Amino acid sequence: MIRFVVRRLLLLIPILFGLSILLFIWVRALPGGPATALLGERATPERIAQINKAYGFDRPMITQYLTYMKRVVRFDFGQSITLRKDVTAELVRRFPATIELSMAAMLFAVGVGIPLGFMAAKRERTWFDYGAVTASLIGVSIPVFFLGQILKWVFALKLNWLPTIGRLAPTRELVHHTNFNVLDSLLALDGGALWDSIEHLILPGIALGTIPLAIIARITRASVLEVLNDDYVRTARAKGLRTSTVNRVHVLRNSMLPIVTVIGLQTGLLLSGAVLTETVFAWGGMGQLIAGAVLDKDYPVIQGGVMFLAIVFVLVNLVVDVLYAFIDPRIRVS
Amino acid sequence: MSEPLLVVDDLHVTFQIRGGRALRAVDGVSFAVRAGETVGIVGESGSGKSVTALAILGLLPSRGVTTSGSILLNGQQLLGASEHDMQDVRGRRAAMVFQDPMTSLNPVLTVGRQLTETITRHLGVKREAARDRAAELLDRVGIPEPRQRLKNYPHQLSGGMRQRVMIAIALASDPALIIADEPTTALDVTIQAQVLELLREVVRESNTALVMITHDLGVIAGICESVNVMYSGRIVESNERHHLFASPRHHYTRGLLASVPRLDGAQGRLVPIPGSPSDVIAWSDGCAFAPRCPAASDACRGQAPELVISPEGGTLRCVQPAPLGMPVWSGR
Repeated sequence: MIRFVVRRLLLLIPILFGLSILLFIWVRALPGGPATALLGERATPERIAQINKAYGFDRPMITQYLTYMKRVVRFDFGQSITLRKDVTAELVRRFPATIELSMAAMLFAVGVGIPLGFMAAKRERTWFDYGAVTASLIGVSIPVFFLGQILKWVFALKLNWLPTIGRLAPTRELVHHTNFNVLDSLLALDGGALWDSIEHLILPGIALGTIPLAIIARITRASVLEVLNDDYVRTARAKGLRTSTVNRVHVLRNSMLPIVTVIGLQTGLLLSGAVLTETVFAWGGMGQLIAGAVLDKDYPVIQGGVMFLAIVFVLVNLVVDVLYAFIDPRIRVS
Repeated sequence: MSEPLLVVDDLHVTFQIRGGRALRAVDGVSFAVRAGETVGIVGESGSGKSVTALAILGLLPSRGVTTSGSILLNGQQLLGASEHDMQDVRGRRAAMVFQDPMTSLNPVLTVGRQLTETITRHLGVKREAARDRAAELLDRVGIPEPRQRLKNYPHQLSGGMRQRVMIAIALASDPALIIADEPTTALDVTIQAQVLELLREVVRESNTALVMITHDLGVIAGICESVNVMYSGRIVESNERHHLFASPRHHYTRGLLASVPRLDGAQGRLVPIPGSPSDVIAWSDGCAFAPRCPAASDACRGQAPELVISPEGGTLRCVQPAPLGMPVWSGR
């Protein structure tokens, strides 16, 4: 198992190397450049050339790449052009916000999706099943920005139950040790801040979690249906086990493999920046950072951000593969 | 003779299939099994033998299936009993061994876990005691190094071993009745004999009643005291084993026997039963076997033959049975 993990981690090196080249070329292929974005209306050819020279964008691309990579291997992604901040520090500062939002969304998606899919499978071809399948179809089809706006309009503006944007009430003071607001509130033993953080997580969490929820519910339903027909489930029933034990120990556990796969993939996707949700709810996470950087042609931020997310994505998938072995002993051997 | 342990009386199982048609999988089956006795149910696939087994343990799906008749286990009516009550019967008083040990054990749980969950469920013992009992059971079914085996997963065991584990699970709480549904079909021939021997031993030692469901008359010959032959949901002939083998009366039974290879070559050429089990007519229109029967005549159609007690013992459902004492293999 350790050898497997090490091998996968070593595989990250060529992946990141290739990605860095692709990214480097791709961001420079975007129309316009950082100088144009930075100067806006005041852009003149002379000032653009001046800025390009200052950042080294006038040099040959291969030289630029080598200079860039020399810093990247030391985990230094350079300086943001528009924000004038250290990219690495900015990523580290913002990533907790994205993790927190993704975890809230996944909690919602898994907590509702698995039971929903499971119950639909157990009641196959009943109205409950048809309802669940239809609802999940609507769930995957609804655009996130639309759902986000609707949620905000209903629960924040009309009913005034929950806050509209941000991660904390502007008036609240909280010492940030980790940048995870929930964790920081706990560390500060501040119940008010804790509740405040959770309240802010609910609407964006639901908006972001709806698509994964629908996907998880559908996969769970399909997987459980398959397992329900397996012989060992009949054996479990023939042993006189209680229905709840049969469901928990024999059905759910055996149907987990495909479910864990989609949970892993979806978690990777959520972590790699929920651009729309973060924008609608002014979340200030990775998604917003990278979306802004693309608009501003902020090369170092795009490159650093995407590389960082690639690392996260591979690590999440590694965790999923390790989980497989825990779920299914047959994988452990091979 | 003692009171029968299991009495199945006029059991009907009907599947509602799509389009509103009803399929009578089991159509008025009756038989009884005493403690320490082994009763065989034999027939081709689709004859309703497995459905009968599942009906006894209440393992048929609840939707689209209607059952009627009576299944008495030690006087307790199982047909129509609540799922909750059946969960106390299954594995505790009546256990089942399934056909394919490759798929009938849960691949992601250890053998020990699958054994102990039955033990703790029914015997109400602590985990430690359950593990001791599990090791004991594996030892009893002839698995060497039982303590080590408890930690194994099913895929680490051979087919024969797995079927022994299945039998150990069935024995977990000393059931009065074991139903074995084709327990040897998926195994190698040499392993088949071992598994049958094990089942025979269990019946002898624990005075268990055993219902052996199979399509293999060799299995019946090796283990059963009496045999019920099923065709298209009904019993067509039943008798004590030696009578049935010596003098089969129903042409379906004779066909089954004629298609079994014999080591002494006494039968000459193997004779398959013509047609397939799907070539049936409804019992309401006559004998379901008539389309495949070599002795069928007009008397066989129009009205279903009744199951009657034949004078020399056993029951028979045939209007033109083979004459008494005519061996299957003579004259070939």
